[in-house]
Amino acid sequence: MSKKRILTTSMGDQTLRLLTLLMAVSVLVLMAWMGWQMFDAARPSIQKFGLSFITNRVWDPVKEQFGALPFIYGTLVTSLLALLLAAPIGLGVAIFLNEMAESKFRAVVGFLVEMLAAIPSVVYGLWGIFVLAPWLRETVEPGLAKWLGFIPLFQGTPVGFGMLAGGLILAVMILPTIAAISREVMAAVPNMQREAALALGATKWEMIRVAVLPYAKSGIMGGIMLGLGRALGETMAVTMVIGNRPDILPSLFAPAYSMAAVIANEFTEATYDLYLSALVEIGLILFGITLVLNFFARLLVWSVARGPKGGNVV
Amino acid sequence: MFRKKGRLLASVLTAVLMLSFVGCGEKNPTGQGQAETANLTGSGSSFVYPLLNQQIEEYRKGNSNIAINYQSSGSGAGIKQVSEQTIDFGATDGPMTDEQLKATKGGQLLHIPLTLGAVAVTYNVPNAPKELKIGPTVLADIFLGKITNWNDQQIANDNPGVSLPDSKITVAHRSDGSGTTYIFSDYLSSISPEWLSKVGKGTSLNWPAGLGGKGNAGVAGVIQQTSGSIGYLELAYAVQNNLPYAMMKNKEGKWVPPSLQTTSAAAAAATIPDDMRVSIVNAPGADAYPIAGFSWALIYKDQTDKAKGTALVNFINWSIHDGQALSEGLHYAKLPASLVSREEEMLKSITFQGEPLIK
Repeated sequence: MSKKRILTTSMGDQTLRLLTLLMAVSVLVLMAWMGWQMFDAARPSIQKFGLSFITNRVWDPVKEQFGALPFIYGTLVTSLLALLLAAPIGLGVAIFLNEMAESKFRAVVGFLVEMLAAIPSVVYGLWGIFVLAPWLRETVEPGLAKWLGFIPLFQGTPVGFGMLAGGLILAVMILPTIAAISREVMAAVPNMQREAALALGATKWEMIRVAVLPYAKSGIMGGIMLGLGRALGETMAVTMVIGNRPDILPSLFAPAYSMAAVIANEFTEATYDLYLSALVEIGLILFGITLVLNFFARLLVWSVARGPKGGNVV
Repeated sequence: MFRKKGRLLASVLTAVLMLSFVGCGEKNPTGQGQAETANLTGSGSSFVYPLLNQQIEEYRKGNSNIAINYQSSGSGAGIKQVSEQTIDFGATDGPMTDEQLKATKGGQLLHIPLTLGAVAVTYNVPNAPKELKIGPTVLADIFLGKITNWNDQQIANDNPGVSLPDSKITVAHRSDGSGTTYIFSDYLSSISPEWLSKVGKGTSLNWPAGLGGKGNAGVAGVIQQTSGSIGYLELAYAVQNNLPYAMMKNKEGKWVPPSLQTTSAAAAAATIPDDMRVSIVNAPGADAYPIAGFSWALIYKDQTDKAKGTALVNFINWSIHDGQALSEGLHYAKLPASLVSREEEMLKSITFQGEPLIK
């Protein structure tokens, strides 16, 4: 009798297992299939240019010369800039909303921050053209050049459209992702942690530093990585403000180009096979960069998560 | 209860269906001779899309048996799809190359001009007049990054009596691949050997100078927001948004503003070969505006489906005749009459199993 019951349960379990396994595998298969498709379509370009595709700085569709370096550079610099700006602010928003704000205020501000994620990227782009770029050109960039002009990053003519604009707009776009996820994971920190820290005489900041952040850090890292993912792949808003110039210049004021932007811009009018193939190869590189970055992010989260849950009070 | 609701729903649905059938019956054309139905799909140039789409709607009013679906996927995609025969016709802003024509799956492809486009040079210079004069080499040198300030002597030479500010020139161009860029770079290649060898012509270029804006709106945005900027736009876009545009010096040495008339004049004066694959930039003729070009429909000379082929040829024939009446409202230049009659001959040469589809 009991044997039979075990059998039926395990039958159900087996089915469930099989079903979910199938779903999990389907994602893997989809990824592999997409990667293969892109590789296959990019083959003419890979064969023609080889590794020089990644190191070449010239992108000339008329003369059939294709190099992806300026696009890789533009994508990485704008995404990194966005992350540098959005991560601390997002974390600050999350800390304030979770630990400091009154509940009514928390609901309103939390809702507004998350609303930022619902704005279509083309609207961000338009705001970039008509508000952000003129403001950067008239106020921010001359100011930066005046006070920090000794650093090459802040030299050159202020144009408004360029890497700084691209990075700023991305920062605004990924801020809600980072803030919302950090808030969620901080809210999941058991209150006993906080009470214990407070009972030991910690100030609010000490409590957050010792009892909340260490507990939530792997989740916060995850949020930041999701934000980075969005920044790397964002197309419309970036292309509207970055200046779309495949150049590698040290100044943040200079126009640049991103990988996703060049694909979106040139794909529809790419009139010959090698050109299309070169664009697909850029897609493949973006795919690869995203995979590698995610891998390292996992590694980071994993190594962080293995550490002790509590911080050291110094 | 549930069942009753279901039955009610079913009967309502049936009634609606019956009514709609009755409706269809009434809408069927009675006067039309050929009531054969045909579904055509086309794809390509986004420049021609607003015009073609309106023409399709208008055409359908008299020919409800013919459904045409045109997707503005870009000229490159149009060429690719029509070459692979996945669509019935394509449309492009740049003519196909000999190489591309050899690689088509369905034999000979015809280029049939559908409309004309012109490119306006627009600018944002403090205190500049509405119709600044910019000569051919000056334009090329600005876009090559050789003339970098508005107070340059060469600009002043073309504009006596106008004082231009000491202001840096910011060049704006399209970042997305586009027929507008093709026409513009075709013009610069035709008047500047340096441009031809350094940059060339195409839907996307390796620009020697300037910022890229996405679409006409992106370029217009950059220009409006940047003092001292210059760029190029599709004429219709510049007109609709009331932007200042420059007068260009044509082949005869006359200063001509971009307009629908001067664009049509360029097409009328240009020498056009039999296959219609021709660039009409820098065309002769006193009134011709020099930066203009065709948008072509791409149609196979040998059609493989009689009903579809007949419908397609009839529609294109209507488009180049009556359909042109819609052009001006949408700021497209009309095809000149001399060209239309030649296009008609081309349409008559289209066959199904050796038989022409229209007489």
